[in-house]
Amino acid sequence: MEGIEKYLRKSALPHIWCPGCGNGIVLAAMLRAIDKLQLDQQKTVIVSGIGCSSRASGYMNFNTVHTAHGRALPFATGIKLANPELNVIVITGDGDCTAIGGNHFIHSARRNIDITTIIFNNGIYGMTGGQYSPLSPQNSKATTAPYGVGERPFDIGNLAIAAGATYVARGTAFHATQLTDLVVSAIENKGFSVVDAITQCPIAYGRKNKMGPAAQMMKWQRDHAVMAKAAAKMTPEALQDKFLIGELHRSVAPEYVAEYEKLVARLQGGEA
Amino acid sequence: MNKARLMQGNEACTEGALAAGVRFFAGYPITPSTEVAELSAEKLPKLGGKFIQMEDEIASMGAVCGASLAGMKAMTATSGPGFSLKQELIGYAAMAEIPVVIVNVQRSGPSTGLPTAPSQGDVMQTRWGTHGDRGVIALSPGSVREAFDVAVHAVNFAERFRTPVVILMDEVIGHMREKVTLPTQEEIEIVDRKRTTLPPEEFQAYKPDGDEVPAMMPFGEGYYHHVTGLMHNHSGQPALDSKTTKEVLSRLHTKIDRAIDDITLYTEHFLEDAEILVITYGGSARAALAAVKQAREQGVKVGMLKLITIWPFPKEMVQTVAAKAKKVIVPEMNYGQLVGEIERYVDQGKVIPVNRYDGHLFHPNDILTPILEAQGGSK
Repeated sequence: MEGIEKYLRKSALPHIWCPGCGNGIVLAAMLRAIDKLQLDQQKTVIVSGIGCSSRASGYMNFNTVHTAHGRALPFATGIKLANPELNVIVITGDGDCTAIGGNHFIHSARRNIDITTIIFNNGIYGMTGGQYSPLSPQNSKATTAPYGVGERPFDIGNLAIAAGATYVARGTAFHATQLTDLVVSAIENKGFSVVDAITQCPIAYGRKNKMGPAAQMMKWQRDHAVMAKAAAKMTPEALQDKFLIGELHRSVAPEYVAEYEKLVARLQGGEA
Repeated sequence: MNKARLMQGNEACTEGALAAGVRFFAGYPITPSTEVAELSAEKLPKLGGKFIQMEDEIASMGAVCGASLAGMKAMTATSGPGFSLKQELIGYAAMAEIPVVIVNVQRSGPSTGLPTAPSQGDVMQTRWGTHGDRGVIALSPGSVREAFDVAVHAVNFAERFRTPVVILMDEVIGHMREKVTLPTQEEIEIVDRKRTTLPPEEFQAYKPDGDEVPAMMPFGEGYYHHVTGLMHNHSGQPALDSKTTKEVLSRLHTKIDRAIDDITLYTEHFLEDAEILVITYGGSARAALAAVKQAREQGVKVGMLKLITIWPFPKEMVQTVAAKAKKVIVPEMNYGQLVGEIERYVDQGKVIPVNRYDGHLFHPNDILTPILEAQGGSK
């Protein structure tokens, strides 16, 4: 907690998260990243959607917006475009981001707008009691998938890359130190950045899928995560039940707001 | 003084919003409001403002909310189907008290309906479209010049009351061209949202002042606060207790209702000796005024009250004006929406709805006939 306490709204605590929930670890990684970068607190805005993870904005001592379900990115887009000086960080969950907010997600990536999106990915709708999300693993159990999820999940990293995001990374609550570094790089990237932060939900996901208590779920993260760099040397068989962590993608492309600012400058310069 | 120009209603509405200080527009293409977006796209960057075409109607509503929180006066424009989609975040803006303006150039519905045909079908959606209760401000212009003036008022009301304001246009006004002389910038009164006088550590983002409207500080100035669509306490934090809920929900109504005299805009026509009263608004008022004049030529004592402010419904003013009339005729381009509100406050026995909902605007004869019939009945 040392160093990051000043970023918390103590009056809003204790948080609403269940015992063993990984959201607090992801939140702490974010705050450590903000601290590492020494972002100007006054010029940093946190925008979230709806769901367990999106309640994090309320605990953070910044200008914070807890928007409607799936809508964090449109609000964030308006904020960033209206005042490009602001660092805009979005907190969203897997359902919030990739189901109801999916359209906003791909279009934010397409614009390459300078917003950092942290997906608290627990593979379940926790707040409503454990329904499957577009990131729930196929065949996993959920209250709305009592016989197993029949749908394939999104590969959120590849989705973000294909849509045009210029920084994409994945981390886990277990690899908390690495997660902080990934968030640092995401914020530093001048463009649309995505960090898929895999976090455990022992209550709504873990129990249903016999994953054991939180510590055991974090061991699962440890045992199934493979560093993206190491994966290049591994066989498809060895990677079968694994997921990649680390930096997945980095590219350079014009950033939406900066380009718009150039247009304004050109038009106001009298060339119109 | 400005020169007279031939101008479309959608264009005048946009010009009014810009004159009132709107510097951010987010929208999604939809007929018949698209010209508002097109003109905003052209003009805003020249004024140092921002335009963005979002991926959908909901996103454009979200973006204007965000821009407003960041300190800009912000507007979006849409039509029926898009207005339906926007309701989610119109409700958010009402709850989180974010000043935004929504232009709704109404078209015929339900659903995709008649995309290029006029209608006044969103009167009740404007009042009740979001879930839950809240106060609502909606203004409906009846001419191109009024579209300009109404846009200025809409922006000012949004800022003063920290609430979404709907400009309820119809396709008749939106697409009609008229010769207008716009006021100069100096002639336009501009209202900005109220800032706090307190230092950041004492600032409470949702603590109302005497006018029941809290001061609003833009993001980025160190006035940290939380904005949420949940019920919230004065500091903006979720608070779901019954006392807070009742206080917030009451204030979302009373902050507007208490200022109804300032918000109520209307015009009166031949009311002095009127025994028959026509109450109407927007594009319908044009045919209605022609019918009233024709009836006057035939010696009928008929007058017209044209409402510009639709919500909050000016019930006392309408009651007063209607009290003197023997018959009250209410023409609307819908199956009967505002007439229900009028019947709440005026003796139902004298209210005569006149509705056109076939995708065409009123012909004066559509309204002259019921006026003459009412004249026959009232003798």
